[in-house]
Amino acid sequence: MGTKRHFRVWRGDESGGDIQDYDVEVNEGEVVLDIIHRLQATQTPDLACRWNCKAGKCGSCSVEINGKPRLGCMTRMSTFEEDETVTITPLRTFPVIRDLVTDVSFNYEKARETPAFAPPPGVAPGEYRMQQVDVERSQEFRKCIECFLCQNTCHVVRDHEENKEAFSGPRYFIRAAELDMHPLDDRDDRKQYAQANQGLGFCNITKCCTEVCPEHIKITDNAIIPMKERVVDKRYDPLVWLGRKIFRRDELEQEVPTPAGAAAPFSSARRAELPDIREDGKMNVTEITLDTQGGPSPFGDQEFPMPADRLSYHKPEPQD
Amino acid sequence: MSTTARIERHLYDVVVIGAGGAGLRAAIEARLAGKRTAIISKSLFGKAHTVMAEGGAAAAMGNVNSKDNWMVHFRDTMRGGKFLNNFRMAELHAKEAPERIWELETYGALFDRTKDGKISQRNFGGHEYPRLAHVGDRTGLELIRTLQQKIVSLQQEDFAETGSYESRIRVFSETTITELLLDGDRVAGAFGYYRESGEFLLLEAPAVILATGGVGRSYKVTSNSWEYTGDGHALALRAGATLINMEFLQFHPTGMVWPPSVKGILVTESVRGDGGVLRNSEGKRFMFDYVPDVFRKQYADTEEEADRWYTDPDNNRRPPELLPRDEVARAINSEVKAGRGTKAGGVLLDVSTRMPAETIIKRLPSMHHQFKELADVDITKEPMEVGPTCHYVMGGVEVEPDTAAAMGTVQGLFAAGEVSGGMHGSNRLGGNSLSDLLVFGKRAGEHAAAYGETLSKRPKVSTKDLEAAVTTALAPLQRQSGENPYGLQQDLQAVMGDLVGIIRREGELTDALKRIQELKLRVANVGATGGRRYNPGWHLALDLRNMMIVSECTAKAALEREESRGGHTREDFPAMSPQWRLVNLVCSLDDGGDVHLERKPLPTMRDELIQLFDRTELSKYLTEDEMSRFDANAESTEAK
Ligand SMILES: Cc1cc2nc3c(=O)[nH]c(=O)nc-3n(C[C@H](O)[C@H](O)[C@H](O)COP(=O)(O)OP(=O)(O)OC[C@H]3O[C@@H](n4cnc5c(N)ncnc54)[C@H](O)[C@@H]3O)c2cc1C
Ligand code: SF4
Ligand code: SF4
Ligand code: FES
Repeated sequence: MGTKRHFRVWRGDESGGDIQDYDVEVNEGEVVLDIIHRLQATQTPDLACRWNCKAGKCGSCSVEINGKPRLGCMTRMSTFEEDETVTITPLRTFPVIRDLVTDVSFNYEKARETPAFAPPPGVAPGEYRMQQVDVERSQEFRKCIECFLCQNTCHVVRDHEENKEAFSGPRYFIRAAELDMHPLDDRDDRKQYAQANQGLGFCNITKCCTEVCPEHIKITDNAIIPMKERVVDKRYDPLVWLGRKIFRRDELEQEVPTPAGAAAPFSSARRAELPDIREDGKMNVTEITLDTQGGPSPFGDQEFPMPADRLSYHKPEPQD
Repeated sequence: MSTTARIERHLYDVVVIGAGGAGLRAAIEARLAGKRTAIISKSLFGKAHTVMAEGGAAAAMGNVNSKDNWMVHFRDTMRGGKFLNNFRMAELHAKEAPERIWELETYGALFDRTKDGKISQRNFGGHEYPRLAHVGDRTGLELIRTLQQKIVSLQQEDFAETGSYESRIRVFSETTITELLLDGDRVAGAFGYYRESGEFLLLEAPAVILATGGVGRSYKVTSNSWEYTGDGHALALRAGATLINMEFLQFHPTGMVWPPSVKGILVTESVRGDGGVLRNSEGKRFMFDYVPDVFRKQYADTEEEADRWYTDPDNNRRPPELLPRDEVARAINSEVKAGRGTKAGGVLLDVSTRMPAETIIKRLPSMHHQFKELADVDITKEPMEVGPTCHYVMGGVEVEPDTAAAMGTVQGLFAAGEVSGGMHGSNRLGGNSLSDLLVFGKRAGEHAAAYGETLSKRPKVSTKDLEAAVTTALAPLQRQSGENPYGLQQDLQAVMGDLVGIIRREGELTDALKRIQELKLRVANVGATGGRRYNPGWHLALDLRNMMIVSECTAKAALEREESRGGHTREDFPAMSPQWRLVNLVCSLDDGGDVHLERKPLPTMRDELIQLFDRTELSKYLTEDEMSRFDANAESTEAK
């Protein structure tokens, strides 16, 4: 009943490997993960891949399909042309363990470095009172299934191993934002912490993370930008603000480095944002001086500033 | 000796096998008791099955309907389980669930809220009042993430104190335990391999908590993932513990039936709780024809009354779509068999005509997403096609209710969560699992920690046992040309699905047992190609051994129990028998590695608990003997 289709799958381990060709039967309604399973069952029992729920809920089956970071279980075969070759490769940003399985421990380390929820002192279990509208902001971020596709896509670490130490990545920016917006979290330094310790400043709002998020979390609009804005608020300096607006890009004092390999269509090697707070205590608010953000996104150009109606973030009222 | 000399060794006070809700909650408790704790998980941290739970966690907090309390919850749980539940577990569960849920908020959980800012609670099949704490339809994700983050926060505390995140609690992810090692009857450690490298490791600990979840992978149509191969059940058996209620499997009434590749994936019960209705291919709302006598009093018999219930639950009876799962699953099965099903073999579940599109998207976001992405169906416009899918195993390790300690000959072994048995009787109510994980996870952690302290010396792992474990684990790799494990798994799934499925018959069960014996011989010769690094073929080859034992337990117990009750339906014995209610079927392993089955009396409910029920209801479940005892007691309390 099914048709034979052509697949290319990366096989190998940390010592190297290559793309191998397979012809596999495909039936109506199947997803890419079904094909991997059929390969395991019929041709390559030792083909390594992760999966659990097969319903887009656990975030285990992250791979790159035709170069795009996707969940294998949520990529329907019907989205490809009948005669299209489907190429499946492991996540590029993390070291390969074997075949489609990568070492994602980077993310767990970053999770450990993000300060946990601080319960409000003096509020007993059972006494927590919060309004639905107030929890919804954070709930959006708690939808995260930790597929790490956003982490994989973010150019700050994708092609820059050296940035990994200082940069937590979009998954942990939304964690910080979630706690910042949590109506009862007792810490009030989430945004400063994100700037100072999580490398929020490296992010130049390319929005690639938002585009790959299978949970459709508005990572950039609803988490990163508000977190940045609020830091800016605190250090708002009208002169710098104005200066940024009237200087043309080429008049700015800092040279914008041209990234290597910027021309390659799928390269995400883009400029990282310049250091956040300069020695003179001022900030580069690149969002305001640039018309495009940090070079092209592999998924199309992003416009900036963002239209106000797409910013769905409202600042919470102060709570007593 | 040389094979075992190089094995990585770790020393812990408590080893928790399983990183789902039960395992994580247990680990938190053991760590809070000051014990060095290890958590082992076959998949990555935060991906365990619990992540897939959708509907919610049942706890009688009374936030939405203040009439709710633990006694009502207890009653519902016993009714759902058809009175076969271990009453003490059901009691502890009903009493402690609210505390366990509130505690999650102090770890940072964000449940949906009521107007006055409390945790909102939703209706669910079998629960008399709105009782399920929830977050949209991703409650399991919230639960596991919260516990995961609590563990991280404990690790941060430890880091601040000792300079190491892993000084008191360490997560071994993508690590599979294949054997428990004993010193006499006492647990001494757990042996397993890192999936990533294929290297072996030994965790020495006086106390081990099993929290490995269920067995659904033995069925073809299932909502369960590859992890659910019954490892914990099999580990317990091999260590000398016993399993109860293994004949009871829950087939969730609403799994997806189309497209074929997603067959089995769950459609949450909240779809019905929030107003979704079931129709057959003739458009009839058929559930009204399937209300069993024992439930007549609580369920509406007209569509009008059923519909009024959503807005006025105090003055109307509930819609029959919300009957316990086994009833709904059987009803769908009958409709399809009678030729009133869809082409793909399901029935229609419809919300599109019941509420506005925005409400659907708001209340059931992940269902909307799931159908859109996987089946190209917009549930705000069309009905869903659904049919029964293997979902949950009520049976599991027989435990001491208060301490979660495993029964049988072994000491130092504890079990919590889906791997344990007794709590849900013959059928689990939706939402009772997530709360079960928390209540008994905590208890297991607490008592495992305390048990360690009672020992004067640490039990020791013997080199001989360790060598045997290594040999067993390596065996499939030594048979590179042995049989393909995937084929074997499919054969087992076919046997279980066809012969030990929703509706069972004596002849088929006998046949199934014969085939399982044949499969067992084939499993002994299963091979795995490739090496030890992240080799799923090898992993499956090892899991198969566990799936076989557990399937044998299910088939044996199903053959023995000559009645129909909850998750066990015998076509040849369609009625529920009060005599059989007195019996638990207990499985253990004999010396030859075969399953041995024994009957054991069910513990008798304490008087003050049994008197929570009304007489007419009890008379449908209890024997005449029990009823006269009940009457005598009722009189003597009145006299007082
Ligand atoms: C689709 C779906 C929806 C559900 N919805 C609900 C709901 O709405 N409400 C509700 O109450 N319940 C629900 N359930 C049931 C509930 O989710 C499960 O019963 C519960 O999550 C089981 O939790 P657990 O902690 O026992 O085990 P799990 O969360 O399954 O975790 C098992 C753990 O054990 C590990 N493990 C297993 N074997 C080994 C081994 N050999 N070595 C090392 N580690 C091992 C696994 O890696 C995993 O970490 C649902 C279940 C499914 C499948
Ligand atoms: S917006 Fe771009 S730079 Fe910022 S975190 Fe997302 S992917 Fe990285
Ligand atoms: S934010 Fe989205 S893309 Fe990133 S890990 Fe979470 S679910 Fe995945
Ligand atoms: S398998 Fe769980 S997200 Fe794909």
